[in-house]
Amino acid sequence: MDAMEEALPMPKRSAPTEKAMPHNHIAVRAKRLRETGLGLLFLAPSLAVFAVFCFYPLLRSVYLSMQVTNPRGKVVDYVGLANFQELFASETFYRNLAVTGQFTLYTVPTAIVLALILAALTAGPQRGMKLFQGVFSMPVAISVGTGAVIWTMLFHPTTGMFNYFLTLMGLNPVAWLSDPAWALVSVSVMTVWMNLGFAYIVLLSGIQAISADLQESARIDGAGRFTVFCRITLPLLSPTLFFLLIVSVIQSLQAFGQFHIMTKGGPMHATDVFVYGVFREAFVNYRFGTASAEALVLFAIILVLTLVQFAVLERKVHYQ
Amino acid sequence: MKASRMLSLLQYAVLAALAVTVLYPVVYAFLTAFMTQQEAMSYPPALVPKEWSLGNFLAVLQAVPIARFMGNSLLISAAITLGQLLLGSLSAYAFANIRMAGKAFWFALFLSTMMIPWEVTMIPNYLTIRSWGWLDTYPGMIVPFLASAFGTFLLRQFFLQLPGELFEAARIDGCGHWRCYLLIVLPLARPALATLAVYSFLHAWNQYMWPLLVTNSPEMRTVQIGVSMLQSEEFTSWNTVLAGVALILLPSLLLLVLGLKQLVRGMTAGAVKG
Repeated sequence: MDAMEEALPMPKRSAPTEKAMPHNHIAVRAKRLRETGLGLLFLAPSLAVFAVFCFYPLLRSVYLSMQVTNPRGKVVDYVGLANFQELFASETFYRNLAVTGQFTLYTVPTAIVLALILAALTAGPQRGMKLFQGVFSMPVAISVGTGAVIWTMLFHPTTGMFNYFLTLMGLNPVAWLSDPAWALVSVSVMTVWMNLGFAYIVLLSGIQAISADLQESARIDGAGRFTVFCRITLPLLSPTLFFLLIVSVIQSLQAFGQFHIMTKGGPMHATDVFVYGVFREAFVNYRFGTASAEALVLFAIILVLTLVQFAVLERKVHYQ
Repeated sequence: MKASRMLSLLQYAVLAALAVTVLYPVVYAFLTAFMTQQEAMSYPPALVPKEWSLGNFLAVLQAVPIARFMGNSLLISAAITLGQLLLGSLSAYAFANIRMAGKAFWFALFLSTMMIPWEVTMIPNYLTIRSWGWLDTYPGMIVPFLASAFGTFLLRQFFLQLPGELFEAARIDGCGHWRCYLLIVLPLARPALATLAVYSFLHAWNQYMWPLLVTNSPEMRTVQIGVSMLQSEEFTSWNTVLAGVALILLPSLLLLVLGLKQLVRGMTAGAVKG
């Protein structure tokens, strides 16, 4: 969820003007210097953590991506861009990318459309809506660990509830997680459920932030609820929707826990997503060099998405 | 009039059906946790336990040190939350209230940390933690997460909204930045601090990948790793695992009920223009 934080609006407070007289110019400069020093002191703890656990590792990743390492993680040999070349020549890389893309296509639009419908139906002041709002926000509190364990049991081929419901409806049971044709769909269904809470909360807040008067006056002018939603609410909601889209795509590119618990990338690599590939390369095969190269490719993709988001939101913000 | 009445009835029906669907997996976990072994294995499967048994909860408490897992998770999440509140409020104060040179640069530097995905830093961080001998320790699971750029921005937004006259008056009274931070800003920022606290705690409690990488021994596992490992062990029955899941879910759900407002504020800080 790191990415959701990117589009923070930044109000500017005009700096109080310095009433510096010429004769105490030096005193003012000394005071300035003291202020800057104090400011850095306030920033220092955070900066130290970022330096050690964010900036240094980023550089070290770049360094590692050009090395071959032994299983202890020690650098053995400099190989230049060979790790990247190997990566771009390997079938696994493209297969993992394709699976990740498919996963994104399955989960992101579904979760957003579902959340949009739920948010539109529950945004009003009618009786009981508060309760529904609580219910639909609930998945946000569920961790990927517990969620995946519960759903693994629901998906169980013989004793799981889903197959029981299917037989009740007279349908054939499905091997949810062990059939290569179904596994990715099954994990996607679980993921949509898990991500629904966040998407719902964001969209509900977005809809509620749109002036109720505007929607009301359109309705008085004779527009139906559906028309108001399509003509007024939806266009005004577009920056929020766009934000949610980018954040959700980034999130789905980073999905790991549900795959680690539910399928381990199988069956027949049907759920072998990108981050699971990085994880396996680094912590199962202990090839930190190629794993770092793979992680940097992910970084590049996410960076492009983030920059697109900034560019578009910068423009949109003025229309809001 | 009649048509709109029908429409709202339909709306409630649709919402109720969807609510049941969304709630079902969690309800299923709690109900199955109370079933006896035979009942859970019976066919057709029971939907609701006939007699509410606590046997599974006792079994899971004996099968794995789940109390220990919860203790670990609690300690780690609390430490991360406190750290983020402290470090975040300090840097937010600097960005909002201290007139320092090069502020834009430092601000951009903070901003840039949010663009670096966790996966890129994960391998070097693992190597760092290992070289420090911090595998299987609390610091290894706490220290990397103590600073939060998101927390800094969230608090900075709030600090900027505090009336400027307050600080002018304090300065005239001879109040320096440290006292200003401690005695004026922190007490006034309680709502924002609460928002960040709920958000950070839930995140830390729900973490999966990092604890998976840096813990090996059972007594250092967090709840999230503990429960998924429980599931992959053959001899434990489902109800036992789900009893464990239910226990782990309780704090999260409690936090959701008590802190939904804070959570919503935290999550939408970036999405909706405030």
